[in-house]
Amino acid sequence: MGNDLVLRVVTKWLSPIIVLFALYVQFHGDYSPGGGFQAGVIFSSAILLYALTYGLDAALKVIPESALKICASFGVLLYAGVGVVSMLKGGNFLNYSVLLSDPVAGQHIGIIIIELGVGITVASVMILLFFTFARRVAPE
Amino acid sequence: MTEQLTILLVVIPLLSAPITAIFKNHLLTWAITLSVSIVCFAISGVILAEVIDGKHVIYELGGWRPPWGIEYKIDSLNAFIALIVSGIAVVSGIFSFRSAPSEIDTTQSGLFYAAFQLCLLGLLGIALTGDIFNLFVFLEISSLSSYALISMGRKRQALTASFAYLILGTIGATFFLIGVGFLYAASGSLNIADIAERFSSFEDMQLVVTAFIFILLGIALKAAIFPLHSWLPNAYGFAPSTVSIFLSATATKVSIYVLLRVLFDLYPIAYWQELLIPQLLLVLGCVGVIYGSVRAWQQVEIKRLLAFSSVAQIGYIVIGIALLTETGLTAAVLHLFNHAIIKATLFIGAGILVYRANSTKLSDLRGFGASMPWTFFAMAFAGLSLIGVPGTVGFVTKWYLLEAAIQQSKWIVVGAIVIGSVFAIAYVWKIVEALYFNSKRKIHIQHVKSGDINIPSASKSMGLALWLGAIACLYFGLFTNIPFNAANAVAKALLGM
Repeated sequence: MGNDLVLRVVTKWLSPIIVLFALYVQFHGDYSPGGGFQAGVIFSSAILLYALTYGLDAALKVIPESALKICASFGVLLYAGVGVVSMLKGGNFLNYSVLLSDPVAGQHIGIIIIELGVGITVASVMILLFFTFARRVAPE
Repeated sequence: MTEQLTILLVVIPLLSAPITAIFKNHLLTWAITLSVSIVCFAISGVILAEVIDGKHVIYELGGWRPPWGIEYKIDSLNAFIALIVSGIAVVSGIFSFRSAPSEIDTTQSGLFYAAFQLCLLGLLGIALTGDIFNLFVFLEISSLSSYALISMGRKRQALTASFAYLILGTIGATFFLIGVGFLYAASGSLNIADIAERFSSFEDMQLVVTAFIFILLGIALKAAIFPLHSWLPNAYGFAPSTVSIFLSATATKVSIYVLLRVLFDLYPIAYWQELLIPQLLLVLGCVGVIYGSVRAWQQVEIKRLLAFSSVAQIGYIVIGIALLTETGLTAAVLHLFNHAIIKATLFIGAGILVYRANSTKLSDLRGFGASMPWTFFAMAFAGLSLIGVPGTVGFVTKWYLLEAAIQQSKWIVVGAIVIGSVFAIAYVWKIVEALYFNSKRKIHIQHVKSGDINIPSASKSMGLALWLGAIACLYFGLFTNIPFNAANAVAKALLGM
């Protein structure tokens, strides 16, 4: 597919828009349908499209695999970290109300960080899964 | 203070698993895993001491009040299961120090230990939560990580075994989820205590029976109760040794715990007595005991033999539950603990055989016991516990189980237990005969550099793990008070006495 001019141009234009949409779903998730999981999948689809058009090596230049592995772990840590911070501030695990002095603002910031953690992990794991399978196309 | 400790059981592995996954160094990842297991074990001990006399520890996740929020409600059964799981995690952690590098590619050790911690996290979570949907989530965490762990076995069959387990495990989890969904539709709640409290207001609905059947089937598949056990022998047989030890001693036990919760806490006992569930479970338990023991006796490979023996032991536990008396339930809960110790010890022995001889086939290991007398002795001792020789843990549970069956004059059950024990003698003897009484045979060694005539001797950490298990078999067989009192308190609480 790599030599198709239409595909290459469209991909180039489309990928940033997909990423933008992913970020919208991510950060607007507490007002409208969406959230970390959906945003992560949408984000990864942008990278998948790029990899399908320009090849695996080009995609690996955009996001190296080692970075993905660290991101996958970081997302989970971010999630658990918010819970631990709320425990340290005297609330129960994942009680966002104690994160800030204003409980409503605390709930906001809490859920946004949690969903960010989910989004990062989902996106990196999806891309990792794709890379892993894409590399195994040729028989050993 | 204890309230915050309960959540730490889940939070600590949740924090440590992603950190472990980044590293590749075996020693470092191993050390993290072992310390996490030890910390969890200590916390479970503290919690058990807190709740043993009937108190409850309640933790509201995120500060949301139940039944809307997720609630962790710890009673003696929860704490008992958490203690078993984390205790076995410590033992398999000790064992894996030498075993994991020899079986798992060193570049993967970070991922291996991360999956191990996630599995621990899932099993502990199941044991703690009082919310049935949250329980499903933890069930999936533990199952998904165990599929990954099993697929890391040395042989290629590990992949197919893991895949078969993945398919069946997913079916089981789906059934469970469908059941939970139906129950939610009927009751409008996911909190176990809340559903049980308002049960009479919706018990006439057909949906509730359907939900019960779905949940029961799902758990029975996960717990490998007799006709649904087919995934177990391959999964445990081909998994890496550390994983066999950990899963054989904990995974099915935790599923049995879920069964106990559903039968005794979620649904009223009278409700499923009408559905003839006790009779059904009793028959399945008896057939399972005989079938598992006979199939174990037919095996020619130690790990598969032990796996089939697990099917039989789950049968004993199911019989204990189905008898529905205090003695029977005490025996069932006690056997959760005892079987965990026995099976862990035997799988550690099998793991040492894998490490030294690269084989667990009985025909390859003829006369091998002479060159490893201490390991062999500990294994034989655990084997005696499996049979139920007086002075070992196995005897204690079989005694109470027989007592419960005789009290109710269920002679068929008595017969099944006796036949099961006879075959247990036969299959344990098979191991002893092959390892000790057969003439010595040169061991077929694979994966060894040419010219290297040494078989690696079992390392100290493996011996330590093995003997911890064997001594526990003896100690809890002679001094039965601690586990018995805990199990008895659990049985009384379940029956509402």
